[in-house]
Amino acid sequence: MADAQAAHEAHDAHDHKPPFLVRWLFSTNHKDIGTLYLIFAIIAGIVGGTMSGLMRLELAEPGVTFLTTFMGQRDIDAASNFYNVLITYHGLIMIFFMVMPAMIGGFGNWFVPIMIGAPDMAFPRMNNISFWLYAASGIVITLSLFVPGYGSNTGFGGGWVMYPPLSSNTGSPGPAMDLVILSLHLAGASSILGSINFITTIFNMRAPGMTLHKMPLFAWSVLVTAFLLVLSLPVLAGAITMLLTDRNFGTSFFDASGGGDPLLYQHLFWFFGHPEVYILILPGFGIISHIVSTFSKKPIFGYLGMAYAMVAIGFVGFIVWAHHMYTVGLSVNMKAYFVAATMVIAVPTGIKIFSWIATMWGGSISFKTPMLWAMGFIFLFTVGGVTGVVLANSSIDHYLHDTYYVVAHFHYVLSLGAVFAIFAGWYYWFSKMTGKEYREWLGALHFWVMFVGVNLIFFPQHFLGLQGMPRRYIDYPELFAKWNYVSTVGYGITVLAVIIFAICMIDAFFIYRKKAVANPWGEGATTLEWTLPSPPPFHQFNELPRFDKGDAKAF
Amino acid sequence: MSTLDKNKKTAALVSLGVAGMVAMSFAAVPAYRAFCQVTGWGGTTQRAEAEAGRTLSRQVTVRFDATVSQGLAWTFEPEQVSQTLHIGETGLAFYEAENLADRPVTGRAAFNVSPAKAGIYFKKIECFCFTEQTLKPGEKVSMPVTYYVDPALADDKNLDDVQTITLAYTFFAWEDDETAVAGSPSAAE
Repeated sequence: MADAQAAHEAHDAHDHKPPFLVRWLFSTNHKDIGTLYLIFAIIAGIVGGTMSGLMRLELAEPGVTFLTTFMGQRDIDAASNFYNVLITYHGLIMIFFMVMPAMIGGFGNWFVPIMIGAPDMAFPRMNNISFWLYAASGIVITLSLFVPGYGSNTGFGGGWVMYPPLSSNTGSPGPAMDLVILSLHLAGASSILGSINFITTIFNMRAPGMTLHKMPLFAWSVLVTAFLLVLSLPVLAGAITMLLTDRNFGTSFFDASGGGDPLLYQHLFWFFGHPEVYILILPGFGIISHIVSTFSKKPIFGYLGMAYAMVAIGFVGFIVWAHHMYTVGLSVNMKAYFVAATMVIAVPTGIKIFSWIATMWGGSISFKTPMLWAMGFIFLFTVGGVTGVVLANSSIDHYLHDTYYVVAHFHYVLSLGAVFAIFAGWYYWFSKMTGKEYREWLGALHFWVMFVGVNLIFFPQHFLGLQGMPRRYIDYPELFAKWNYVSTVGYGITVLAVIIFAICMIDAFFIYRKKAVANPWGEGATTLEWTLPSPPPFHQFNELPRFDKGDAKAF
Repeated sequence: MSTLDKNKKTAALVSLGVAGMVAMSFAAVPAYRAFCQVTGWGGTTQRAEAEAGRTLSRQVTVRFDATVSQGLAWTFEPEQVSQTLHIGETGLAFYEAENLADRPVTGRAAFNVSPAKAGIYFKKIECFCFTEQTLKPGEKVSMPVTYYVDPALADDKNLDDVQTITLAYTFFAWEDDETAVAGSPSAAE
């Protein structure tokens, strides 16, 4: 009670920040909550990235050598199980605990209210609940790593998609899977509450005169993402609840012995899972639009087309789920439909890519660090998009299903695409969020080393996939040794890039210490966050910005 | 209407959408089962009351497959490898099951056919899989299946390449589980 009172008084005293614990534990300020999400995402990113390092070291050469030693001279069975646990948690952590909190929770919370000219989110306390549900979810999934999954092996190793029977009592009888389900329930509840908050904020709290068609594209992207979350996450929640009751309460939704069907789980999962991949990338689209426009010193080309392309991607994303399941025995007509629907997505995505290029065309481009990341994003996302069109063909997919080609494809759009968008946003808004500047050459060096590193990791995986190397195995025949070695070398270079990033940040905070100006990017940066000082005041827009007076433009 | 009221209204509407999607994900369970039974998807076979009434000159070979799930101490095997018959002709096949346990055990078979697209045309008139089967300790029984392949198969161009249909059964232990229903679309693979 005393704390609540303190928080209340802190709000009364207008621009004075509350004391440390109150400010960060009971925070209702959208910028502080955004910061918490970003810190959470960085920690999760380090954990998930370390896991991929363990996998790459194991795969550096044929034979099971590294993980057996790493685990303290355990046998190959234990190492194989641990490898499967690594791929599972790497996927879950990177998707649910790195990209989503960084893009939606972090940048979304920080900049959506500012961009639409709102003082805060619509439900600030619900915002706090959202974050702490996420934190709890992160703790629960960490716990699940250390409790038995199958036999005496700890953790759940059935892949991030959690298909039964690998995730049912048959494949993973231990409590690890139950904790994974609980964790995803918490994360899902958090994201749903967050989405309700974003939708309400964007619909009701825009500055006077800022119509939806004048709203910045990042706010548009978060709005579409929030709708995708609201419509898809409940289906995941339903599916994993059924899994939970199958495991613990004797139902048989997915258990063939009781008349259930494991395939139903795959349908439900991918009805969520496919929109989920757009959830991961759409806020990135928004960020990239702002950066390309800022550093080309031109308004974005085809603003309305850009906004409605995102709406179209979101809509079509719900009706293509079975392209993840071409090999389960769908009828040929069904596959024909899903092939066609999947390829249709290339149209709105193409609109976005070409509009970014058209924005740059004839612009006065400056290649500052955020622009490097944005252009890297456009290139890498396009590569991933092209392999996506290849995989959309069900006949080709029968050959490539569950090979490294698929791994390369989704890492090009997510690990390279979404992560490059996050770094682009980080460097773009760093001075705005922290009030400090980073050294330009360190940021650029981070980009170039990372660009080489990630391409070296994932481009050879296309070759491995085409040669038929299946994913999710700890070992492979000699035939695949060369490109796996190259891929592991690429991982080493990427680690170097992350170290440069850490140096760049330590330098910015403790050595360089240059105070940032309100708008470091000049005339191209037109959105509202650049009208505020860096960092913005604890409460912004005591007087709402207006867009209903003549020539004022929101974007 | 004040901003707070407006916000609450928006939040309530979105929450309604969330609740609707949760409801739909659970409604998917019976909907999916009904869909598979009606369309024969996933190789779900059909039940028929009477024989086809007409036969075609085209022949199909029906192969028989049997699996026993873990936790059921039975042997379970088809008594014939395959039967070749005309489309529309009624076939009679037998499966043999033996209880190896020293107590009475009840089992129930899940079934489908492959290729899956033949499910809608595979009609069973009588089958041991329609009900659960109880075997006394050491008892050995021969269990019949009466079936025919629907002549409508010949009119479906997608099935022109079908010369062989494999009928597969998997026997599971039956433990008075009221949620268990026969007609699992792809229980046996």
